[in-house]
Amino acid sequence: MHLSKSDSTSITNLQVFCYTSEEEEDEAQCNDALNTTVGKEKTADEEALKESAVCAESQDEEHVAPEDPQSFLGQWEDPEEDQTHPSVASFQSEPTRKKISFAQLVKEGRRFNIDLVSKLMFSRGSLVELLIKSNVSRYAEFKNVTRILTYHHGNVEQVPCSRADVFASRQLSVVEKRKLMRFLTSCMEETEEQQAYYSRPYLEFLHDQHLGDNLQHFLLHSIAMASPDTPTGEGLASTRHFLRCLGRYGNTPFLFPVYGLGEIPQCFCRMSAVFGGVYCLRHSVQCLIVDKDTNRCKAVVDSRGQRINCSHFVMEDGYLVGDRKKMDTSLRFLSRAVLITDASVLPGESDQQVSMVTVPSTDGSPTVRMVELCSSTMTCIPGTYLVHLTCQSVGSAHDDLSPVISRMFQTTKPDNHDQRPFVFWCLYFNMADGTALEVEGHDLPSNVYVCSGPDGNLGFERTIELAELIFKKMLPEEEFCPPAPNPEDIIYDGEPPSSTGGEEEQEGPADQEEQHEPEPLN
Amino acid sequence: MHGRVKVKTTAQQEEEKRKEREKKLKIYVAARDACFAKRKEEIFDDEALQLTQQLLSSNPDFATLWNYRREILLHLETVKDENEVQKIYEAELSFLESCLKVNPKSYGSWHHRGWVSARLPRPDWARELGLCDRCLSLDDRNFHCWDYRRMVVKVSGVSVEQELGFTDRLICSNFSNYSSWHYRSTLLPLLHPECPEQASPHREPPLSPPPHSPQTHFHRVCEEQLLKEYELVQNAVFTDPNDQSAWFYYRWLLGRAEREEMISCVYVSREQERVAVTFSRPVHALSVGLLLVLDGQPQRVEWRSVHPHFKHSPVLICDLPPGTIHDTTNEHNLTVHWTEKHNHRECALYTGRTESWCRDTATDQELFRSELSVEKTSVLQSELLSINQLQELEPLNKWCLLTIILLMRALDPLGYEKETLAHFQTLKEVDPKRSAYYSDLCSKFMIENTILKMEYAEVRVFSISDQNLTTLCHLDQLLLVTHINLSSNRLQRLPPQFAMLQCLEVFEADNNSIKSLEGVYCLPKLEEISLKNNKISTLADLQPLASCPKLTHLDLRGNPITQTAGVESELAKLLPSVTDLQL
Repeated sequence: MHLSKSDSTSITNLQVFCYTSEEEEDEAQCNDALNTTVGKEKTADEEALKESAVCAESQDEEHVAPEDPQSFLGQWEDPEEDQTHPSVASFQSEPTRKKISFAQLVKEGRRFNIDLVSKLMFSRGSLVELLIKSNVSRYAEFKNVTRILTYHHGNVEQVPCSRADVFASRQLSVVEKRKLMRFLTSCMEETEEQQAYYSRPYLEFLHDQHLGDNLQHFLLHSIAMASPDTPTGEGLASTRHFLRCLGRYGNTPFLFPVYGLGEIPQCFCRMSAVFGGVYCLRHSVQCLIVDKDTNRCKAVVDSRGQRINCSHFVMEDGYLVGDRKKMDTSLRFLSRAVLITDASVLPGESDQQVSMVTVPSTDGSPTVRMVELCSSTMTCIPGTYLVHLTCQSVGSAHDDLSPVISRMFQTTKPDNHDQRPFVFWCLYFNMADGTALEVEGHDLPSNVYVCSGPDGNLGFERTIELAELIFKKMLPEEEFCPPAPNPEDIIYDGEPPSSTGGEEEQEGPADQEEQHEPEPLN
Repeated sequence: MHGRVKVKTTAQQEEEKRKEREKKLKIYVAARDACFAKRKEEIFDDEALQLTQQLLSSNPDFATLWNYRREILLHLETVKDENEVQKIYEAELSFLESCLKVNPKSYGSWHHRGWVSARLPRPDWARELGLCDRCLSLDDRNFHCWDYRRMVVKVSGVSVEQELGFTDRLICSNFSNYSSWHYRSTLLPLLHPECPEQASPHREPPLSPPPHSPQTHFHRVCEEQLLKEYELVQNAVFTDPNDQSAWFYYRWLLGRAEREEMISCVYVSREQERVAVTFSRPVHALSVGLLLVLDGQPQRVEWRSVHPHFKHSPVLICDLPPGTIHDTTNEHNLTVHWTEKHNHRECALYTGRTESWCRDTATDQELFRSELSVEKTSVLQSELLSINQLQELEPLNKWCLLTIILLMRALDPLGYEKETLAHFQTLKEVDPKRSAYYSDLCSKFMIENTILKMEYAEVRVFSISDQNLTTLCHLDQLLLVTHINLSSNRLQRLPPQFAMLQCLEVFEADNNSIKSLEGVYCLPKLEEISLKNNKISTLADLQPLASCPKLTHLDLRGNPITQTAGVESELAKLLPSVTDLQL
């Protein structure tokens, strides 16, 4: 049985823009009068597209060593250099904002860790619980998301969600503070009043609580992260989840792994390796050897022609050839954009803020979720911010997200009077939304399992659920991610840890589980 | 999981742990004994430092070892040069940090840190403040750390501004923190003192510039800053009206400075040849230091409290030498000096008059607004508006109700009397556990209102009946009152303070639950008492009345004592002056 070579549907519409000058500007250049600045667009060629797809998906088949993040920047370095680069105008009369040239970005490329997927961990979500339960958490460090922001009436505002936030908020009147606190306290308990609204829109419920426009906006878009037509039952459930997650690790409900989401699969890999998990790097599986009688996959053949025996095989749906795939719903896509900027969308006392920003939909444009990472998350260099934008696709990523970006950021010449952050570099792409995939019902050997790519949700709930589901199908008797023993309690008696000996087979539960982790490494 | 087969069993782990513990204990005991032996021999060497360090890092509450360590360090100070001493103490500080990590609330560690910091030749106070900030961010109620921090601030002279900023930070991260609010209340009067010209005439302007240490406070805060503070507190109480720390701070903000110490009234009676003096605060008769000058002649008099059980009293009395002012054809001038406070009050007794006084009334002194400062009415009015707004949202919040009452009293005690009483009623219902407190507070306010009304009418009659009074207070303000009616209240006793009513002639307190008459003691002018329907049950309860020389009318109808056999003859014996006794 052959596998699809690469999933061309996974990443599409790739576009890269660079708005900063290529070379470092020297003083002489700065003194030049206004250079006309033109943001040159560059659509990546087919090759780059393929490369990126491989890079994004290859880990599903084999555990790629954390790929040098530079590859993402580096990839387009050469084509960019062929272009005439726009130079950036500066005003000599005023202290200009610190600019970083493209060359500098490329030079420091190693220090950017750009995730293809943008997610946050709910501090009482299933991923956090799993990391704690399995002791995998010891391999990673996390940062609190420090602020919840929202785009409201053309401004970026901080959403007060904890008691301390409400107290310190300058935008809310004291009466609003009381109403908000009262609502947040009262919605934790189910009431008959809520029941009456259950299937009606949450917005209607909020409206009838006489909270006022500000609070309604905060509660609907930033706390429930719902849309105006979300039913009350669902809205209340997500509000409660948000509130339960508050205060566990900080003043917001979210955590973000230092060095990016790519760390998470890596942590599971490390745990697995301690107990004998083996990884074949830079091998991809070409085809499966299936026993016709038993309808089981006996082995795989990799890209170098090597046969590797296996008792279970897990793969991402992109490797399934079309006729074996069962798709009930039409394929859905996410629109993504990644920016490197020079400032936060809401400068605060500290420049080390990790912000979750909700941009509600306007006139049919999709609701955009934005995560702004500062340099202490180790995903970008000091003086820059890495901004991820995500929404459900309506059109191409550029169509969906560029209006939001041009509203909230400046992409032309940096203007000191313009408080908006300047975009040095920007990447648009569309990717398949994993929520569309059916896990069961494909025409496959009995020991071959399909998992979906990343979904568009903010949390990891679905990912963990899917991983556990597949694990249970493979090994119904085993506990999913049991607590790993403390290192001092392990007896090293020289016996090889894996029952399959030297064979490069991925069989251990920890290893298998590892395979389903759909986060990209970089 | 593959690893599982190779994991030690629980029993194995337990056994290992037990052995580990045993081993540890052995080492610990051996080290302890070694330390004690060394100390006995007064050996102050590095080894001893090592040993104590080893022990203290596992048990930082071993005070003897800290003492030994200090002895060693003091010894080392004498034999090493300054740089070496600096190094030794710096090492000590980092050792202490590791101890605090183990137990951030160890008395021994914090005390030792204070000691080391004070002896360090070149202390790094910024680092110490940083340490305190870290500790407080982990636990903002670690009072050891607060204490240590106060010491550091004092010694290193951190500016008051910085410290105020520090409280800002703490309050913003969690406003349920009494320590921060309190600290703020000590800093504000230093940083933003009330300007003397703003002060009302009855308040003393600051005599000297505020000291540059945030340790003490006396003065009020200037109005501009007060407004900012009101805003801050409102943010807290609207965010969480059930958190009392902010409400207490609010009450402090609304409160005013201590009143000026003064003699507020001098009363002289020709007939008794007695002088009574009222002070702005209770004083002790033996230590107060008073000088009485009569017609230019200092007099030797003996000041005493009005009641033997009541040592610190706002009213003192003394008897003049017999015959000095007895003759009504003479005019006298009397001055009482409160020497230590440089305060005095004069009183002239004119020809033909039997008594005379000189005083500031409660109204003059704005005495009953003292619970709250007399800010500009507009400020208090807007505060009342916002707290009323909160009350609409939280109708049953006790802090809110209580604050409204206080604001109303500051604004217009008589005008808001009806609303105040209604709020007290709600308070008692929503907070029944403190209903007695609210009753007492309400009694106090009703008495204040009655005093104001009495002064306005310029009479010496004090009548407050059917008002559910549970307690008596401000009796020093009733020194000149001749007639009192306290009928139909819920009073249970007449406290020793009652003896301050030196001019009282007629006293009615029917329909109460009075059991004790302790305070009806040596009232020189008291002639008539009506105590119908009270709880007086024994002869002993009536004993104090025997000290009132002029008592002639006594009405005890409806008291349990009337049921006692032979009570009439007993009473005749006890109170021979009473001619009209009703039983």
